[in-house]
Amino acid sequence: MILQVTDLKKSFSGPEGTFSILNGVSMTLDSGETLALTGESGSGKSTLLHLVGGLDQPSSGKVLIDGEDIVQLDDAGRASVRRDKVGVVFQQFNLIPSLTVGANIAFQARLAGRNDPDWNADLTQRMGLSEQVAKYPEQLSGGQQQRVAIARTLAARPKLVLADEPTGNLDEATADTVMALMLDLVAETQSALLMVTHSERLAAQTSRRLHLRAGRLA
Amino acid sequence: MIKLGLWTLLSHWRRNPMQLFTLVIGLSLATALWSGVQAVNAEARASYDAAAETLGEGQFAQVTSTDGVIAQDDYIALRRAGWQVSPVVEGRLQGLRLIGLDALTAPNGLGPVDLTDGALTVETLLGGVIFATQDTLDRLVDVNITQVASADVAPGVFLTDVGTAQRLLSMDGQLSRLIVAETQPLNRAPLAEITPSLSLRPPQGGSDVARLTDSFHLNLTAFGLLSFAVGIFIVNGAIGLAFEQRRPVIRTLRALGFPLRNLVGLIASELLVLSVIAGAIGVGLGYLVAAALLPDVAATLSGLYGASVSGTLQLRPEWWLSGLAIAVGGTGLAASASLWRLAQMPLLAGARPRAWAMQAKRGRFIQALAAVSLLVAAGLLAALGSGLFAGFAMLAALLIGAALALPLLLDVVLGFGASRARGVISEWFWADTRQQLPGLSLALMALLLAMAANVGVSTMVSSFRLTFTGFLDQRLASELYVYTNDVDQAAQVQAFLKPRVEIVLPIRAATQDVRGLPTEIYGPTPHSTYRDNWVFLQSAPNAWAEIEAGQGAAINEQLARRADIAIGDRITLAGEPFDVLGIYGDYGNPIGQALVTESVFEALFPDIRALRFGVRMPPEDVPALTNALLAEFDLPDANVVNQAGIKAFSLDVFDRTFTVTGALNVLTLAVAGFAILMSLLTLATMRLPQLAPVWAQGLTRSKLGQIEILRAVILALLTTVLALPLGLALAWTLLAVVNVEAFGWRLPMFLFPADYARLAIFAVVAAILAALWPAVKLSNTRPADLLKVFSNER
Repeated sequence: MILQVTDLKKSFSGPEGTFSILNGVSMTLDSGETLALTGESGSGKSTLLHLVGGLDQPSSGKVLIDGEDIVQLDDAGRASVRRDKVGVVFQQFNLIPSLTVGANIAFQARLAGRNDPDWNADLTQRMGLSEQVAKYPEQLSGGQQQRVAIARTLAARPKLVLADEPTGNLDEATADTVMALMLDLVAETQSALLMVTHSERLAAQTSRRLHLRAGRLA
Repeated sequence: MIKLGLWTLLSHWRRNPMQLFTLVIGLSLATALWSGVQAVNAEARASYDAAAETLGEGQFAQVTSTDGVIAQDDYIALRRAGWQVSPVVEGRLQGLRLIGLDALTAPNGLGPVDLTDGALTVETLLGGVIFATQDTLDRLVDVNITQVASADVAPGVFLTDVGTAQRLLSMDGQLSRLIVAETQPLNRAPLAEITPSLSLRPPQGGSDVARLTDSFHLNLTAFGLLSFAVGIFIVNGAIGLAFEQRRPVIRTLRALGFPLRNLVGLIASELLVLSVIAGAIGVGLGYLVAAALLPDVAATLSGLYGASVSGTLQLRPEWWLSGLAIAVGGTGLAASASLWRLAQMPLLAGARPRAWAMQAKRGRFIQALAAVSLLVAAGLLAALGSGLFAGFAMLAALLIGAALALPLLLDVVLGFGASRARGVISEWFWADTRQQLPGLSLALMALLLAMAANVGVSTMVSSFRLTFTGFLDQRLASELYVYTNDVDQAAQVQAFLKPRVEIVLPIRAATQDVRGLPTEIYGPTPHSTYRDNWVFLQSAPNAWAEIEAGQGAAINEQLARRADIAIGDRITLAGEPFDVLGIYGDYGNPIGQALVTESVFEALFPDIRALRFGVRMPPEDVPALTNALLAEFDLPDANVVNQAGIKAFSLDVFDRTFTVTGALNVLTLAVAGFAILMSLLTLATMRLPQLAPVWAQGLTRSKLGQIEILRAVILALLTTVLALPLGLALAWTLLAVVNVEAFGWRLPMFLFPADYARLAIFAVVAAILAALWPAVKLSNTRPADLLKVFSNER
């Protein structure tokens, strides 16, 4: 089991008092498994993804990645988990604008000390980015940028891939292509995929689905 | 991992060289102004130190006489009585100061001169040697004596042994003063028993000149700090914007697992390296600024205090090290808030570009509180404080408080504009300007400080100039001044003039030391020209009548301050005692002056004949008489000078005196203009997401560019309006507090609306120039780039 979430809660303090966004979520995910997390806007999908990725801290509960509770880790420890075990694909791509496409793709793998130029070249070619490696992100279309973001994540061969609306900014055809590529590559690398999406069509392509409603799994 | 992180961070500069340029140049300019001023100060202080070391000034007690001359026999008597004293002979040689010391008995030997130099044989030394800087030696003509260049001798001073000095100054058997060694035998007889006419002056802890000029250097340092503060505003803005623009990258790096601590460390190291590079450039630029300013500073110090300062600059470690230190410290100061925010920033904090200084309500409240506190502190210091430091503290509180208040005040004004706006473009304009304010506020603060300094200092200098002009009108009462070549010609000219004018006033002068200070002694003819126009700053009752009756003397303010002479004190002129009955203002004269009446002067200096004459006559007759004089006598044009010519010359000396402040003013204003340019350029890259929707809805790119210029003009004008009262408050502080402490006199404050209007135009032009480039860039932005805002939603 690569991921185990137990009774995860998250609440925020605002001017109108405290409100809960997650109310005790528990779930698991195995290697090679793909899971789609769906739900209405504000149901807590992205928050759950951020907590699982160690990008934010829960109010209570446990998040075990590869058997290690990342909630108990300090900032440096969580950074280490993100670097070595987790890869995040953001809806807004979050590429580094000052680096070329090639450098962006290799970036996380180099950070994790697992840079494999052959694998990077293979990914680049399969993502249809071979012509773009010397360009900068601003010179690419949205679909191309998203493919770079996915390639960057997979180049590091993480055990857990977290994707937050990875095709949310793409048209349907491009979204299908990107999704198919991502699922193929996740299967090939034996990673686990946890994907947040609004799209029933995309969710149907994963091996398992969970629906979040008002901070609880339905 | 560290290497990868560093490479990624540096790639930002590679892709955004303008930001790097802003940061480095901003810091370099700030350092340049600071280190330039410090270099000037260090050079001047080194000159004073050299003088102090040469002359033993301040460090040791001295034996002096009231008439400035000590008989050599008295010195010998003191030595025989056990007094460890060393003779000093001092006077003017070809207009420069000549000091004779006794190398064997002087506590400092021959001051900074190295007598162990192999080239100096005993024979050479016995024959007499003059030591001086090469510059000083170059000014010496027709003196048949060995000359040795020594860089450590004070500028404008010739150093030699006592015997040679006595020979050169025709002071055989005479000494000027005696330096008293620190260690003295306990059983020596009291001074009064051995030489009753001599007195002991205790050590004064530092050279007189250094103390006199301290306030001037404090003034310069304050200006340097102000310039540096303006520079730091630029650096702060540049660093803040760099952080803001790199915020998405920082978030991505962290999301990909780069530890925050390493990130903070990397950015701090990167800034350290950049600050050292920029500091080195700044020190280099500062050297150029100092080299350009030093001659004028030397002129100022000479004009105001008679202090001799070398006109050439040396690379002194203390100032270039302090320049580097302040560059690194300034960067640290400017970056500390950004680094702190970065260290505290939650990973998921918004990564979208936004104006870096967009402040939370709490931050604005704290800023307002700090501004009010500082302004109240400035008010309290103005009401209750006294002394130079209170004056500068008040200035600092006033300026920083006003700078902090500026964005808040502008926000209120822009809010008012928005509430009054009619029409959609107008409404958008005011709202958008308000939104831009946080990003521009640091540059506008810099502009405010620079303009306020400009208004303040120019008001002070112009007030001074107006007072000085009035003073010249009083002092230069004669309509014509005639200079003759010799005594015979003087007599002929006098005879020629007498029947043609109201009165001819001979101008006679002798130079003599009064209480150890070189002083010109004048003997004016008793006449209303002097009585009515030479207004005393302080005087005894019926001073002029007493002086004209030969009962006393008047001295200038410089001599009174430097020799600590008050009304009623006694001075010795040519061996005769005189009570000081009046002290008069004598702006611009570097040395002391004393007046006795004509008959007394003739008795004191029977050999001195007048070669110069002041002529009182109807002003309209001056041109005709000038022509007649030139035709009658073989006089060059320069020897017949009308009043206006002398006034022009005097004002030229005055203006040169304040060239430094003028130059620093312009530099500071230029730096502030640069700050606006850089802020606008950097903001321009972040403006597309805000401007693209407006463009999409029908505003042309050129219209948007025009609006950008209009915005800069309005902000510059509003800042100018606020800078004016601040500058006037600054001027008042300079005139009523700092000037009194620094120069010893208080000046009336005048207002110069035309100057302020000119300054406002300058600020607007600077703002237009600064906005022009970003506006042109915006006008030329490709539609595809504007469309990217929508397609990428980045």
